[in-house]
Amino acid sequence: MEPLLEVQNITKKFSGVTALNHVNLKLGRGKVTALIGENGAGKSTLLKIMSGIYTDYEGTINFKDQVVQFSNPRNAQDLGISIIHQELNLIPYLTVAQNVFLGRELINAFGFLEEFKMNQKTKALLDRLNLKVEPSALVSSLKVGQQQIVEIAKALLTESEVLFMDEPTSAIGESEVEILFTIIKQLKAEGRSVVYISHKLDELFALADEYVVLRDGQVVGHGEMNQISREKLIDMMAGRLVKVTKRSERTTSRELILQVQHLTLRNPGNPLRPILKNINFTLSKGEVVGIYGLMGAGRTELCETLFGLRHQSFAGTIILDGIETNFKSPKQAIDSGMAMVPEDRKKDGIVPGMSVGENISLTAINKITKFGLLSSVLQSKLYNKHVDALKIKVNSESQHIRNLSGGNQQKVILAKWIERNPKVFMLDEPTRGIDINAKNEIYELITQLSGLGISVLVVSSEIPEILAVSDRILVMSEGQITAEFSSEEATENKIMNACIPEILSK
Amino acid sequence: MISLKKYSNLARFQSLIALFVLCLVLALMTDNFMTADNFWNVMRQISVNVCISVGMTLVILTAGIDLSVGSVLALCGAITAGLLKNGISIPSENLFIGFTVFGVVITGLLSGGTLGFINGYFITKFKVPPFVVTLAMLTMARGFTMLWTKGHPITGLGDSFGFLGTGWFLGIPMPVWISGIIVLGAVILTSKTRFGRYVYAIGGNENAARLSGIPITKIKIWVYALASMLAAVGGLLVTARLDSATPNAGISYELDAIAAVVIGGTSLSGGRGTIWGTVLGAMIIGVLNNGLVLLDVSPFWQQVIKGLVILLAVIIDRSNQKGE
Repeated sequence: MEPLLEVQNITKKFSGVTALNHVNLKLGRGKVTALIGENGAGKSTLLKIMSGIYTDYEGTINFKDQVVQFSNPRNAQDLGISIIHQELNLIPYLTVAQNVFLGRELINAFGFLEEFKMNQKTKALLDRLNLKVEPSALVSSLKVGQQQIVEIAKALLTESEVLFMDEPTSAIGESEVEILFTIIKQLKAEGRSVVYISHKLDELFALADEYVVLRDGQVVGHGEMNQISREKLIDMMAGRLVKVTKRSERTTSRELILQVQHLTLRNPGNPLRPILKNINFTLSKGEVVGIYGLMGAGRTELCETLFGLRHQSFAGTIILDGIETNFKSPKQAIDSGMAMVPEDRKKDGIVPGMSVGENISLTAINKITKFGLLSSVLQSKLYNKHVDALKIKVNSESQHIRNLSGGNQQKVILAKWIERNPKVFMLDEPTRGIDINAKNEIYELITQLSGLGISVLVVSSEIPEILAVSDRILVMSEGQITAEFSSEEATENKIMNACIPEILSK
Repeated sequence: MISLKKYSNLARFQSLIALFVLCLVLALMTDNFMTADNFWNVMRQISVNVCISVGMTLVILTAGIDLSVGSVLALCGAITAGLLKNGISIPSENLFIGFTVFGVVITGLLSGGTLGFINGYFITKFKVPPFVVTLAMLTMARGFTMLWTKGHPITGLGDSFGFLGTGWFLGIPMPVWISGIIVLGAVILTSKTRFGRYVYAIGGNENAARLSGIPITKIKIWVYALASMLAAVGGLLVTARLDSATPNAGISYELDAIAAVVIGGTSLSGGRGTIWGTVLGAMIIGVLNNGLVLLDVSPFWQQVIKGLVILLAVIIDRSNQKGE
């Protein structure tokens, strides 16, 4: 059968890093295609290319037998290709109808908006989606799940022939999921093509006709959904038949440094779906615990809670070195011996306009102060100590940190925390966007730190990384710890299986 | 649920209530406040600020700011006055171009539009923050005003031009007519047209607006052009009323305009607010100024009180936002 949309040899690079590597894909009329892959495999990038958001790439897109080159998302929409984004892209202070019609408002002969007509049409769309809100309601007054449905309504308005859905169910409840599925089946029956990204494999088996698996920016498998098993799909996603190097067996101390009991984190946007549910775990002196989970599993929120950033909405007990704590701010957490390397290095880690020396001394400002004034001599001492110890490649103390490579930036951040000699070191995606050599150096460093008796929590969405550094592995899914493995029993497949949410199989 | 709705309705009318209370207090405390003379006096005084504030509202709705309006007002007023009085003469070519009142008004407005276009162009094409671009324009436009006027007021502009500032039509002063028409036009523009919708959308979530296919650059450039054009209208009114274009007209007018927008409930982070709110804000400032003069409060205290009112308005607005 003739494909409706076909991409050939698509390659996309982000500042030198290849995100997609010669990807081919065919989408048929009346088909639902599941696009599957781990975090960072390139799924969202591919959708963004096919929907006109990224316009610089190599390769060609054929739509209805014609080569197309979109210059913006509007372009793609006009041709009949729509995307429902993973993040909500609505204007909070406009109404539902105003959002649905944004960019394609109906106007009368005088150029005035036909508010009434737009409200009516929106009402009809919302009825079809079984969403009981008024078209004139402000989007900011809607729950997140309802906003997601509005996003879907927006995409349906244009009667698109190809619809991309990037994790459309991540924010909505079960009943809404059912409505969405009904709609998708309807679209399919009308001969439209739907591409569906989801981490929830059960959803994909319930919906999709075909699958395409992406790994490291390449298509590693495709075929018909009813001819593949769940296990095979997981194998393909995880790949890496090469043996991963696990860290060598060690005995860790029995002395508990951190105990987390019944930790629950309320979701201010949706009280029924807490961000973290009844988290229990311990961390011993000098132990490295890896936390694996998909995006949105609550890993980062867990670190933030332990670091005093979410004190308004958490319940439960956190015991640090035998003392029950309730940090109200990162400062309190740091003073008690916590350290955190945040996930988003550029935004939350470095102070880009400051020098390497200034960044290192941020956490140790007291140590470089003499008579109430900052001492550049003391700062240089601090700088020299860490640059040598961590092999940071930098021209001079006064070089701006933003001009270092990602790996060296991360080492500077590690240095500033090592200076505090923390009891618990939390590393959230410590090697994201870092080249392989620097990665290995950071793994080595983690091992060294644990050798010094520092307890380390490593959050990562890369299984090999988790396996490489951890004594023990916790797997999180939808705000809960779903599995715990010792380093010898852990395998990629076991971890993958434990992290995939099972909404529909209940 | 119902009480919450009531509360938010109340919040929407808070400026109206504030204005009403203010008028009531002044009516009780002074003899002259509740007179027709004083009413039209206040209305005429605020009309310039209303024109500027309407443009400022558009800019702030897109999450921008325009600091240059006071200088643009002075420059456009000076250009208008200069052309009306002296025309353009090029002696070497033996050429002289005279201007009618209509001609200078159009030229003045177009000059404003051009200055605003330059603001918008630098903000969108070079991604320079609006604060910086319009600060630069504030300085430059003032400099050009000095150059154009050589530092002296341009006076003696004739009665037909003066009519714009001092005349009455159907019992209503001309400046009030002009600012009133501008307000109505802006209300329609913001609430009934695509352009207005896009202004709100850009301020509400620029990225979402872009992904919805809205031409961000074009809309923003137009917004700054309109803001400066409205400042030029203010320039015409000031010049016509005083029968004189002074080189230091309009100094710190941008602050009064921002104050009116903010008191009127428009969010400085963009996406929320109305023209009516801004008009109320401008009226509150105008009545307050007038009342403080009638009450014989020292000008120094007037400034302190005005500052406090602005602060209070923003605090109330903040707590409303939290409530939502």
